[in-house]
Amino acid sequence: MNVTATSSPSLDTLREQAREIRRDIILMVNHARSGHPGGPLSAADYLTVLWFKYLRCDPLKPFWEKRDRFVLSNGHCSALNYALLARRGFFNPGYLLTFRTLDSRLVGHPSRKKLPYLEVSTGSLGQGLSVAHGMALGARLHGWDEVTVYCNCGDGEMQEGNCWEAVTTAGHKKSDNLVLLVDYNNVQIDGFLPKVKDLAPLAEKLRAFRWRVIEADGHDFQQIDRAFAEARKRTGKPTAILFRTVMMKGCPSFEDNPGWHGRPPTDDEARVMLRELGYDDDLEAARASLGSREFRPAVPLDEMP
Amino acid sequence: MKAPRYRGVLPSKFWKAELTREGYGRTLVELGHSNPRVVALDADLSQSTLTKYFAAEFPDRFFEMGISEQDMVNTAGGLSLMGFVPFLSSYAIFLTSRSLDQVRNTVDYTQLNVKIAAAHGGISVGRDGPSHQSMEDLSNMLVLPNMTVVVPADKPQAEAVTRWAADYVGPVYFRLGREKVPTITDGEGFFEHAKAQTVIEGEDGTILACGLMVSEAIKAAELLAKDSVFPRVVNMATLKPLDTVAIDAAAQETGAIVTAEEHSVFGGLGSVVARHIVQSDRRIPMRIVGIPDIYLTSGAPEELLEVAGLTAQNIATKLKEALGAK
Repeated sequence: MNVTATSSPSLDTLREQAREIRRDIILMVNHARSGHPGGPLSAADYLTVLWFKYLRCDPLKPFWEKRDRFVLSNGHCSALNYALLARRGFFNPGYLLTFRTLDSRLVGHPSRKKLPYLEVSTGSLGQGLSVAHGMALGARLHGWDEVTVYCNCGDGEMQEGNCWEAVTTAGHKKSDNLVLLVDYNNVQIDGFLPKVKDLAPLAEKLRAFRWRVIEADGHDFQQIDRAFAEARKRTGKPTAILFRTVMMKGCPSFEDNPGWHGRPPTDDEARVMLRELGYDDDLEAARASLGSREFRPAVPLDEMP
Repeated sequence: MKAPRYRGVLPSKFWKAELTREGYGRTLVELGHSNPRVVALDADLSQSTLTKYFAAEFPDRFFEMGISEQDMVNTAGGLSLMGFVPFLSSYAIFLTSRSLDQVRNTVDYTQLNVKIAAAHGGISVGRDGPSHQSMEDLSNMLVLPNMTVVVPADKPQAEAVTRWAADYVGPVYFRLGREKVPTITDGEGFFEHAKAQTVIEGEDGTILACGLMVSEAIKAAELLAKDSVFPRVVNMATLKPLDTVAIDAAAQETGAIVTAEEHSVFGGLGSVVARHIVQSDRRIPMRIVGIPDIYLTSGAPEELLEVAGLTAQNIATKLKEALGAK
């Protein structure tokens, strides 16, 4: 069974995959004239490593019950989740260009009813970690020790009270099959976190709540790789990986600017972004290269349980 | 003098008082034995909601979440996504206001198989005061597109609803009370999804009631019988999906409707019935008996019900009013 991607890809392969996913994101958000580019570009490197090397999933058996679970708690980063699913082979990349349109399954924020590969619908911040912890408790109750549940949260999202209820519960229950990924880019809509509402020292806070905390540069593939390898080990505590990241990473002219949280790039801006990623800036040609915009899942969706 | 024609219920002189939450708590244990997928969660109120029976019998399948309703609702969601059938409990007011976002955006939007068993619904909570009384829980649940909303009338029906909820696939909200309420049911508890149950036959108007108010409606019918007025009494245990066939039949065959609920007049049974009636071809006179647009206070349950007008006498008065307006 194709449970761990394509037989442990090299870090160079993963780096190239992340670059392609960044291009997908820019094309999606630009074409939709709507959506959030900043967070998806900041988490693209480490989530590419997760999805292509560590997450035990299989596009040909998408509802395999002992798969690992991934919950995108910061649902506004949906473009990244959709691009990961497409590039991982669950459906065709061309369909990404239907993002946020009326008949598409790719709703602005993730909707499991529309796209059942998503483990749960998200969008209202602060909720995913509790759901992920419920899945982790469920896996343990089933006796499925090999199942790991990953939950991605934005750093700003960690200001939500519900996150800390979940952090408290998981620490108390010693749920060591739960891994929280924090996209620590220090940016939220109204500005930089230290100014809006500082979370520091986040690592110490999580440790005080009985979590194991791993810190890594979220754009250094060796550090990312080591962090995920370490996080899989069961230690009697839930694990948080704090990935230090840069919003809009990969497009230097746009990096680290709170204005890019939820604004789609114009055509001119999108061309600059593609160039900065190292791609040709012909938007039309780039879109055409993604292929058919019909929904073509790897296996028919009626196989959903 | 003719007596009301009872169907499946006892005359009020034969009633005994029992807890709906006792019916829930005991039935949950029974389900725990028959269905290994059933699990339960509570937020530090298992002594009140009576999930404590389940916790004692199945400690591995009971999740004590502490005082964290939002976390509890979504943890239940996660368990349901792993194939379990979670029943979660706390007080109605907390589950449907504090954690409304979680119920809406995670459980209902994703259409998860989560059962919300809400104890201490309504104002009959009594002396704890308005912070613990729920006047708006049904309203908050009724606007959720995928939610089934049920208010059992008595303990046997609470048992039947609990059993049904374990088999039904999808989100369910059902409301239990703090106080003992009359066991009106004659024999086994009855519940059929989305199906109203006529408990007294009659043609002189219809009283559509849910929860505790079904017993008040029956008492109203007994009062009215003394004046030779014989209303139909219908137990509208399921508020959503609404049994519009029963409402249409009531309108057609009895000409007037009074609704009775232990809930705000905004957004509960009265509202959903009225919405149906005003859009139907039979715009019959209708009256709504419910909690007026105020916060109440501390008091004995029966005192609070009296203040809010949730009494057999008031239902009887409103029925006569509606009949007079035909």
